[in-house]
Amino acid sequence: MAIQASAAVTAGDTNALLRLWRNKEARAVIIQILTLAILFAFFAYIIDNAIQNLARLGKTFSFSFLEQPASYDINQHLISYTSQDTHLRAMTVGILHTVLVAVCGIVLATAMGYILGVLRLSKNWLINRIVYCFIEFTRNVPVLLHILLVYGIIVNVLPVPRQALDWSKTAFLTNRGVFIPKPVFEDAFVWTLVAFFAAVAVVWAYRRWARKVQEETGKIYPVLWPGLAIIVLLPTLAFWVSGSPLSWEVPALKGFNFQGGMVMRPEFLALWLALSYYTSAFIAEIVRAGILSVAWGQTEASYAIGLRPNRTLQLIIIPQALRVIVPPLTSQFLNITKNSSLAIAIGYMDIVATIGGISLMQTGKEMESMIIVLSIYLAFSLIISAFMNWYNKKIKLVER
Amino acid sequence: MRKTAITFVAAIAAASAVAPMAAEAGTLDDVKARKELNCITNTGLAGFSYTDKAGKWQGFDADHCRALAAAVVGDGNKVKFIPATGKTRFTLLNSKEGDVLFRNTTWTYVRDVDVKLSFVGVNYYDGQGFIIRKSAGIKSAKQLNGATVCIQTGTTTELNLADFFRANKIKYEPVPIETNDEARTAYLAQRCDTYTTDASGLAATRATFDKPADHVILPEIISKEPLGPAVRHGDDQWADVVRWVTYALVAAEEYGVTKGNADEMAKKSANPEVKRLLGTEGNLGGMLGLDKDWALKAIKAAGNYGEIFERNIGPKTNIGLERGLNAQWFNGGLQYAPPFR
Repeated sequence: MAIQASAAVTAGDTNALLRLWRNKEARAVIIQILTLAILFAFFAYIIDNAIQNLARLGKTFSFSFLEQPASYDINQHLISYTSQDTHLRAMTVGILHTVLVAVCGIVLATAMGYILGVLRLSKNWLINRIVYCFIEFTRNVPVLLHILLVYGIIVNVLPVPRQALDWSKTAFLTNRGVFIPKPVFEDAFVWTLVAFFAAVAVVWAYRRWARKVQEETGKIYPVLWPGLAIIVLLPTLAFWVSGSPLSWEVPALKGFNFQGGMVMRPEFLALWLALSYYTSAFIAEIVRAGILSVAWGQTEASYAIGLRPNRTLQLIIIPQALRVIVPPLTSQFLNITKNSSLAIAIGYMDIVATIGGISLMQTGKEMESMIIVLSIYLAFSLIISAFMNWYNKKIKLVER
Repeated sequence: MRKTAITFVAAIAAASAVAPMAAEAGTLDDVKARKELNCITNTGLAGFSYTDKAGKWQGFDADHCRALAAAVVGDGNKVKFIPATGKTRFTLLNSKEGDVLFRNTTWTYVRDVDVKLSFVGVNYYDGQGFIIRKSAGIKSAKQLNGATVCIQTGTTTELNLADFFRANKIKYEPVPIETNDEARTAYLAQRCDTYTTDASGLAATRATFDKPADHVILPEIISKEPLGPAVRHGDDQWADVVRWVTYALVAAEEYGVTKGNADEMAKKSANPEVKRLLGTEGNLGGMLGLDKDWALKAIKAAGNYGEIFERNIGPKTNIGLERGLNAQWFNGGLQYAPPFR
C-alpha cells in the first residue's frame, strides 16, 4: 500500500514498481533486502550508540590494558600466576578454570546421566520412582540454587580444618576443601608411563585381531577383561621393577590451614557437582528417550538370532539409541559450559570472574572485557558443536 | 550467489541512509524532569545503606541521597535506591541507570582518570582493616601467614590486600565474594580465617554478629580509603550540585545548623555565611540551577553531617564508630567545607 501511494507521483515508475512487486521472485528479493536493511540499521545504531557514548565519556577502545599488571591475586591457578602478572595472564587462568570445570562437568554429567537414564527404565518400582523423583526435583529447580545449595552444604556442614574428617591421616575433608596427597614423581617413573602406553598399544592390536577373527570365523575372543588386565598389570610390573619411583606429599595442618598435598576448593567442588547433577537429570531423560526409541521388535529379533541380553544392548540397542541421543546431548554439553559462568556467585575464578569481573572493574574497560568474554564462550561452544557434529556423523546410520 | 551479494549491498545502502541520532541532556535536568533521584547504594551494609524492618533504606549513604534529592527536587523521599555490588556500581553509573554513586566508593587515581568517574568529595575517610576471631590469638595482620582471607571482589581492598601481603612477604589465600552479606556468612561459617574491608564496614558488619565481642579488628590499617560520592565524567553542572550539597551538610554542622533549628536559623541568624547557605541572602542556589533554599531543604531532610554520622554510625549506635578523621577540621578532623560565597 505504502509503495503504491508514494509512487503515485510518476505514473511510469508506479507501473514498473508494481510490476516488480507482483513478480513473485522479485518480491521475495525486495522483502529480503528490506529485512536485511532493518537488521543492518539496527546494528549500525547500536554500534554507533556505543561509539558515541564511549567518546562522550572520553574513553578509548583499546585492548592494551591486557598488558598491564593485574595486581590482584587468584587463590588457585593451573599455571603459575602472581599479582604482578598481566591481565592477559589472569584471563588465561580464568579460561583454564572454565575449561577445567566444563570438562569435568561434562564427564561426570554424562556418566551420571547414562546411569540415571538406564535406572529410570528399571523394572524395579522403587529404583524407578526414586530416580524419577530425583530427576524431576533436579531439573525443575534453577541451577543457580543448586550451586548455592551445594556450596552452602560444603561450607556450613563440613568441619573447619582443626576438626577435619580424615581418611587414615592422609586425606582430609574440611569446609576449606578436600585435601589429598600429591604424587611426587621421580625420574624413573617414566618407565611406568612407557609400559602404560605399550600396554594400550598391545590391547589395541589384540582388539583388531579379535575383530578380524570374529568377522572371518565367527569365533569371539574376550577383549574387555584381558585388555584391562594388561593395561593394569604391565605398568604395575614396570613400577615395581624400576624401584617404586613415586612418593606422596601428605597434607598437614600447619598454622591456619592444611599445607601441601593437592586440594579441591569448595568453590570448584560446589560448581562441578551442582552443574553435573543438574545436567545429568536432562541427560538421563535424553538417554531414556534414546533407548525407548528403539522398537521392542529389535530386541526380540536380536534374541531370536541367539544374542544374549547384554550383547543385545551393546550391539543392537545402543548404536541405534545413540543416533537419537547425540544431537540433544550436544546442547546439554553447551549448557554445562555456559552455565559454568554462574561460578561468580560462589567466587570460583573462571573467565567471568577474572577478565569479566575484577579486570573489568579495575580498568573500567567494560566494552573490551565483555567482547573478550563473549568471544571466548562463543569459541568454546563452536568447538564443542564441531566435535559433536563430527561424532554424530561417525555414528550415523550408514545407508547402503 | 551473486543475487545474495547484491541483496547484501542493497541492504547496507538502505541501512546507511538511516541517520544516527544522539540526544544529550544534563543529569540535573533529567533528575528535575523525573522528579526523582536515582541513587546507587550498597546492597546492604549496616549503618551505611541497608533496608530496615519496614523495607525502607537507611544509613549514612542513604541519608546523603535523601539530602541530595531534597536539594534538587524538593523532597527527601523522592529517591529511588539502586543497590549495586562492588562490581556493578560503575557500569550502573556510566550506563545512566543511576545519577550518583553513594556507595562507600574509594576515590582512586585510576577510577577518577581512567574509569571516567568524577569524585566530588569525601564523605567518609576510611582505611582497610582485618577482622578475626579472638580465639585465633592473632595480634597483628603480619601474623596472618597462610590465612584464608575473604574479600569483596572488584574493590580496592582486593588490590591493597595483594600489595600488603606481597610487601610483607607472607602468603594468603583469597576467597573472592560479591557482597558484604555473603562475606559475613562465609566468615561466620569459617570458610575464611579473616575478612578484610574498610574498617567502617568491619565495625558495621561486626555489629550484626550474634557475639560481636568474640571478634577483634586488628590494629593495622593497611590503606587510605577516602569514600565519597561519584558522578559521570563530563557533567560539570551535576558534579557541582552533588559536591556542594555534600559540603552544605558539612558547613551546616560547622555553623550549628541542625535539622531541628534550620528554619529558625534561616529567619534569625545574623551570620552572613549562614544566610547565604540557607538562601536568605544572595542567590547561591540559582547559580547551581536549584531553588534558593536548596541547602535548607537538604538539611531539613537529613540533618547536618554530624547528625547523619551520629544517627547512623556514631558512638551511640551499635556500630560505634568514633568521628576520628571525620571530625570537623577545627576538632582535628578532615571534614572541611570551602566557603559559601
